[in-house]
Amino acid sequence: MAAFFSPFISKPDTVAQIMLRVMLALLPGIAMYVWYFGPAILVSIALASVTALATEAAMLKLRNRPVAPFLQDNSALLTGWLLALSIPPLAPWWLIVVGTAFAISISKHLYGGLGNNPFNPAMIGFAVLIVSFPAQMTHWLTPHGLGQVELGFLDQLRYTFLGSLPPGVTLDAITMATPLDTLKTRLHLDESVKQIFDMPIYGRLAGQGSEMVSLGFLAGGLYLIAARIITWHVPVAYLGALFATAGLFHLADPAHYVTPLFHWFSGAAMLGAFFILTDPVTGPTTNRGKLIFAAGAGLLTYLIRAFGGFPDGIAFATLLMNICVPLIVLYTQPKVFGKKMPAGKNGGAQ
Amino acid sequence: MRTLFKFHGGVHPPGNKTQSTQQPTATAPIPAKLIVPFRQHAGEAAKPVVQVGDHVLKGQLIGEPAGFISSAIHAPTSGTITAIDMQPVAHPSGLPELCATLIPDGRDEWVERKPTDYRAQPADELRHLLRMAGIVGLGGAVFPSDIKLRPLRDHPNKDIGTLILNGAECEPWITCDDMLMRERAAEIVQGAEMLRSMLGSREVLIGIEDNKPEAIAAMRLAVADSGLPFKVVAVPTIYPGGSAKQLIRVLTGLEVPSGKLPTDIGVQCFNVATVYSAWRAVAHGEPLVSRFVTVTGNVRQPRNYEALIGTPLTDLIALGEPLPDTDGYIMGGPMMGMPLPSTSVPLVKAGNCIIAGSKKLFPPPPPTLPCIRCTRCAQACPADLQPMDLYWFSQSKNFGQAQAFSLFDCIECGACSYVCPSHIPLVQYFRFSKSEIRMREQDKLAADRARERHEYREFRIEREKQEKAERLAAKEKAAAAAKPAEPPVVATNPDAAPENTAQMKIQAAIEHAKEQAAAIKPKNTENLPPELLAEIAEIEARRARIRETAKSDVEPPKE
Ligand code: SF4
Ligand code: SF4
Repeated sequence: MAAFFSPFISKPDTVAQIMLRVMLALLPGIAMYVWYFGPAILVSIALASVTALATEAAMLKLRNRPVAPFLQDNSALLTGWLLALSIPPLAPWWLIVVGTAFAISISKHLYGGLGNNPFNPAMIGFAVLIVSFPAQMTHWLTPHGLGQVELGFLDQLRYTFLGSLPPGVTLDAITMATPLDTLKTRLHLDESVKQIFDMPIYGRLAGQGSEMVSLGFLAGGLYLIAARIITWHVPVAYLGALFATAGLFHLADPAHYVTPLFHWFSGAAMLGAFFILTDPVTGPTTNRGKLIFAAGAGLLTYLIRAFGGFPDGIAFATLLMNICVPLIVLYTQPKVFGKKMPAGKNGGAQ
Repeated sequence: MRTLFKFHGGVHPPGNKTQSTQQPTATAPIPAKLIVPFRQHAGEAAKPVVQVGDHVLKGQLIGEPAGFISSAIHAPTSGTITAIDMQPVAHPSGLPELCATLIPDGRDEWVERKPTDYRAQPADELRHLLRMAGIVGLGGAVFPSDIKLRPLRDHPNKDIGTLILNGAECEPWITCDDMLMRERAAEIVQGAEMLRSMLGSREVLIGIEDNKPEAIAAMRLAVADSGLPFKVVAVPTIYPGGSAKQLIRVLTGLEVPSGKLPTDIGVQCFNVATVYSAWRAVAHGEPLVSRFVTVTGNVRQPRNYEALIGTPLTDLIALGEPLPDTDGYIMGGPMMGMPLPSTSVPLVKAGNCIIAGSKKLFPPPPPTLPCIRCTRCAQACPADLQPMDLYWFSQSKNFGQAQAFSLFDCIECGACSYVCPSHIPLVQYFRFSKSEIRMREQDKLAADRARERHEYREFRIEREKQEKAERLAAKEKAAAAAKPAEPPVVATNPDAAPENTAQMKIQAAIEHAKEQAAAIKPKNTENLPPELLAEIAEIEARRARIRETAKSDVEPPKE
């Protein structure tokens, strides 16, 4: 009975729980990652988690805020995880540390901390890394069974922290360009989609292994909708717009434009649809606004993938749409109870 | 099956209703002392018509209605009036009220009760009777029922086609309407027919949430027995489905337009307990001196009581046997009720429920975090508002924007606060902003009136000056009349005599001032029907306390 005002009861939900459940929903995707690409991703996630918490605590201290309640809200952890999942798992340790620290300190706390940042922190972290360290950001691991050599866990650890590979193994032997990237390069070399897809790195839907990771994220995302942690608006509008745009190009010229399904299951599309664009803080608050926001991001993702200079488009699509959020929200305000019905329908009251 | 409609949002807090419905309603014993406030209704307090030392009978008038929106107050039992003074009451403002203290003589002896056949009485007689019987809305708003039964102010001939009985009782823990419907269904139905005939309604809908199957069955049986064509409708259990506008929406599909009343769309809505009391008042000549009240929460014997108005809550609480870890009491439900400042306050007509609280039942909310814009509040809001935006505007004292985003359509149901994962006391911010805005508008209005007066005075002085000049001119003219060659002075202004010009200027100034006043007239608080004004007055009363506590409690989390 400590509350002095009604309501005296509240739903047991807390920010920490919501964030935690989002992290739980990432687990199927992470499991697939480990299965197909080895445990290196776990190291990145651990590194990102530690950096995120440390940076968060330091920033809270600097800003003279209570450390404990904010550190327990799990939001920094989630940012770290999302960033770790967006960059190559076999990366030098400082890459993920720099990216996470930047995401938390600059793009979250300098804007006022939890709830106040206009840009998705994980995507800012990603953007900074890909612009500053483009080479390191392309060392994606070859999925299980496709590479000439496979690194054991200890070897992966040694590379991450010491930068050394086992004797006789080159970086090229264990990493590859992503399926999206390969597609783009090969298309430039005038190969047709069909020829390219005969390469062993492609699976049924998209890239070997990475398509399964995407399926894992899809499963986790559906759980988020079922558990009412996110609404359907963003994923449906995002995947819908991506599908529609990709579909149009594919129909017009199937030899040069891949199927929309390939786009769905490549790169970070599923992660973006269910986990990144659904970030409440940096997205619109109205339902119609969510549809516009996510559809815009879907369109931009496609354009960047097909015509832009970066291998994947989620990060920049998200950040560009983040800029539009205030305007979108302003123009999509829902009608209030009692101001909804046309005068005639309501007994001629007005 | 009737087609039901939905309203946006709503929440499903745990009902906690079974505890207090295990046993039939008991009659609470007559206490050793009764404290009867003279204001237990929206509007003006009743005027005392008894004196200290008077012996009164049960049901005797002790306070008569004073003013259009007012109601009568009666002695709840026979006994002696020992004091008429200011006493603390359970009112959100925390301000004391004028109360009569009555020491019962134990005989519980009625005044002469005159049953009336409502069919033989014109509606205005019946309205007067209800007013003098102290019948007010027992759902919580305690608005005088006679006023809700008046013909429409603007369209006296327009029908109130639909009469709705509100038996939804959507707040958790409260079961007094549920038990009343189970136990007094026939009289509620009779009362409904009486009110229907007064309003001339063609249709009567009785809305009850589907978590009360016994009440629904009892009411259906009573309707069937009466042979009346009323419809008992089971509506989905969802908070705040018992709020009048939301219930009307569910039953009829109509939305009461913003700032209007149900009657504007041909609907009137009464709580079932109000209808029951109205029936007792007319058919049995019994004024409102008791009501059903739920005593529940952290008590050994949760139960409903039919208790005399004026019974000290301590007595009622004692009947429930509170558990040792009880650390406070809530008057009303946990969603919209208020904490009791003290248990010595009396039961009033608005008192539907007393909940004993403990750390376990009502744990203190976790610390407030910043809004993460998760929109759970917007998804829960039955008024389709965007609470996170209103919160942002309220917190930054940007009241103009808050108003532009329909702050005044907030029904203060608390659903948004209930779901917020950051545990922001959203509704508290909205109450605060509303009262701040009303206060500023009043200040503005007062300033404007002062300016109007000032401008008028300026022009009066100006006019006097001019009149003087004109008299002077006229004199000169008369003097100059001797020299006919010169044209008259006034001829230079052929359209209007100087005097007229001055008058027109004054008129224009007044018009201008009036226009200005109209332009800044608070959009939300003026020109409202009496029901809403009363509601506002009620909320207004909370202001003092809210503002006090707002300073400490409702500030954003400390940096
Ligand atoms: S529920 Fe709370 S945290 Fe979520 S948007 Fe509303 S105010 Fe913000
Ligand atoms: S208190 Fe107001 S803003 Fe909050 S849910 Fe109820 S109506 Fe909506």
